[in-house]
Amino acid sequence: MPKTLFEKVWDAHAVRTLANGQTQLLIGTHLIHEVTSPQAFGMMRDLGLKVAMPHRTFATVDHIVPTDQVSEPYADPLADAMIKELRRSCQEFGITFFDRSTGKQGIVHIVGPEQGITQPGTTIACGDSHTSTHGAFGAIAFGIGTTQIRDVLATQTMALGRLKVRRIEVNGKLKPGVYAKDVILHIIAALGVNGGTGYAYEYAGEVFDRFSMEERMTVCNMSIEGGARAGYVNPDETTFSYLKGRPYAPKGAAWSEAVERWRAVASDPGCIYDDVVKINAADIAPTVTWGINPGQGVPITGTIPDPQKATSADERSSIEEALAYMKLKPGAPIKGTKIDVAFLGSCTNGRLSDFKEVARFIKGRRVAPGVKAIAVPGSQGVGLICAELGIDKIFRDAGFEWRAAGCSMCLAMNPDKLVGDQLCASSSNRNFKGRQGSPTGRTLLMSPIMVAAAAVTGSVADAREVFGVTAN
Amino acid sequence: MALEKITRVAGRAVNVPGNDIDTDRIIPARFMKCVTFDGLGEFLFYDVRKNADGTDKPHPLNEARFKGATILLSGMNFGCGSSREHAPQALQKYGFRAVVAEGFAEIFLGNSTTLGMPCVTASREDIALISAAVEKDPKAEVVIDLVGKTVSFSGQTVRISLRESARDALVNGRWDPIGELIEGAPRGVEVANNLQYMRA
Repeated sequence: MPKTLFEKVWDAHAVRTLANGQTQLLIGTHLIHEVTSPQAFGMMRDLGLKVAMPHRTFATVDHIVPTDQVSEPYADPLADAMIKELRRSCQEFGITFFDRSTGKQGIVHIVGPEQGITQPGTTIACGDSHTSTHGAFGAIAFGIGTTQIRDVLATQTMALGRLKVRRIEVNGKLKPGVYAKDVILHIIAALGVNGGTGYAYEYAGEVFDRFSMEERMTVCNMSIEGGARAGYVNPDETTFSYLKGRPYAPKGAAWSEAVERWRAVASDPGCIYDDVVKINAADIAPTVTWGINPGQGVPITGTIPDPQKATSADERSSIEEALAYMKLKPGAPIKGTKIDVAFLGSCTNGRLSDFKEVARFIKGRRVAPGVKAIAVPGSQGVGLICAELGIDKIFRDAGFEWRAAGCSMCLAMNPDKLVGDQLCASSSNRNFKGRQGSPTGRTLLMSPIMVAAAAVTGSVADAREVFGVTAN
Repeated sequence: MALEKITRVAGRAVNVPGNDIDTDRIIPARFMKCVTFDGLGEFLFYDVRKNADGTDKPHPLNEARFKGATILLSGMNFGCGSSREHAPQALQKYGFRAVVAEGFAEIFLGNSTTLGMPCVTASREDIALISAAVEKDPKAEVVIDLVGKTVSFSGQTVRISLRESARDALVNGRWDPIGELIEGAPRGVEVANNLQYMRA
């Protein structure tokens, strides 16, 4: 019987059925960070529990590390305390910690792949909803709460109900200037922010076959924004060549054995999906959000929706709520909306290829007067390569602040925050009310290249026009 | 470690209307700078309840007549976004014992269940009925029956639904699975030993 990758990985990690019908699922790889783990370690201590498999948990700091200060103590005493707490817990429980001193620190969803820890056919859990990123490698990866972090630490397993699988095929060719970020914003706008509830998304088709690992990660990253707890791409040669030679990747004879196993874990031809959605790549435009959830996006050539033209009372009230918060005018073109801040980074778009691509276009350009632009590499590794290639200098010369690695202004738990009702062109993943640190701050989600176009023109702009983009 | 069998939740209710209420709105990220969950209750819905100077904005939770409500009513896709358990923790620490909504985001639902806080789904029409009843009489008792899968209020009864695994866990007092997981852990080690990548 042909099976999906999801079924194969699930079955290989199923320990037993629990009394309530959920599965006790083995978690192969557990990733932790400083914000959602301290209470879990507290519960471990209270219950007198040991970490079951310390070699299968990896820690780093990303959510609250300052990006403008690299030496401790950090200016924010609460942040400083949380980071020291994680360091102490890792020492106490014998967990590998990619601390800043290791040169391997960064956003947990960038570090895992970079180190070769993220591998096909594995189960991965982390106390962060963007754990779906790791699905790009053909892993079943999902976000969990703090009590479940305790469960995984204590038993390397957790209780979970099986997900259904929806295959999302994107066929054809993306137009020039259309990127992975646009693909996922388009998918979310098409299927809705809760369209994926109960599903894992299997992304497939010609576009994904051609995508690099970093592009696949960008799409899988935002699965949760569409309500899907997990999203994955079947592993292929692109996956294997990305992993080869990375620190935690298998070596020597073990490498070829692993590749053979990984090849076999891909969905079988003829397997049955719970749902299939097909999207034509040519229909996807550079996309910008105008509202307060990631499904509220329009093509850059489009206009801000008018509640009067809504097709239902529900839609009308959601547009009204969003526009009242965003202070945008119904019916106006999204293009030309003035911005205050440009943020390039995050687990969605803080990888080497993102900075490399933007650097090609901003070389010799200047950030518009009055715009604060910050570029935050997703990991120390990304920052290092950017420095070697001179990319950091291109950004600095253009007027960007070039920062140290972390989540930064994506969720603004560190000092990188919007002020008042500033409007930010952001390569991150969430445009929720208050998301970027100011209760009235406003976020427009878009691809890195579109962030760069907004930064240099001072308003939301079509990167294809600004930079004369003709090919990706 | 015997857990309470949660078969019913009874109390006053308050409606916080809206669809897609995300966990950043339930508990803004800046309040997660903490190493315990204690004290999160006071920051529940902070940015939609409070002005920058700390004074109240118009919000159902700021209305005196709804103080002491233990059942929250809301719309579709409640708890979407970040996986932060701080969101259900903040609701629980504030005093909520259950949420009745048109739908829930996956991770929030799991986190809440593990804390013994039922998240039950009702139709929009039925939530409007409950909401109208508590609007008329904020002291009206609302009773969620997880066995009969109903909500009763002001002489009316409507149907609710919830995932069977969650209902089972709540009514049988096994909503925190740690005991069962520890029991199954040795079998987990055997499964791990069959997986090349998990060997030490």
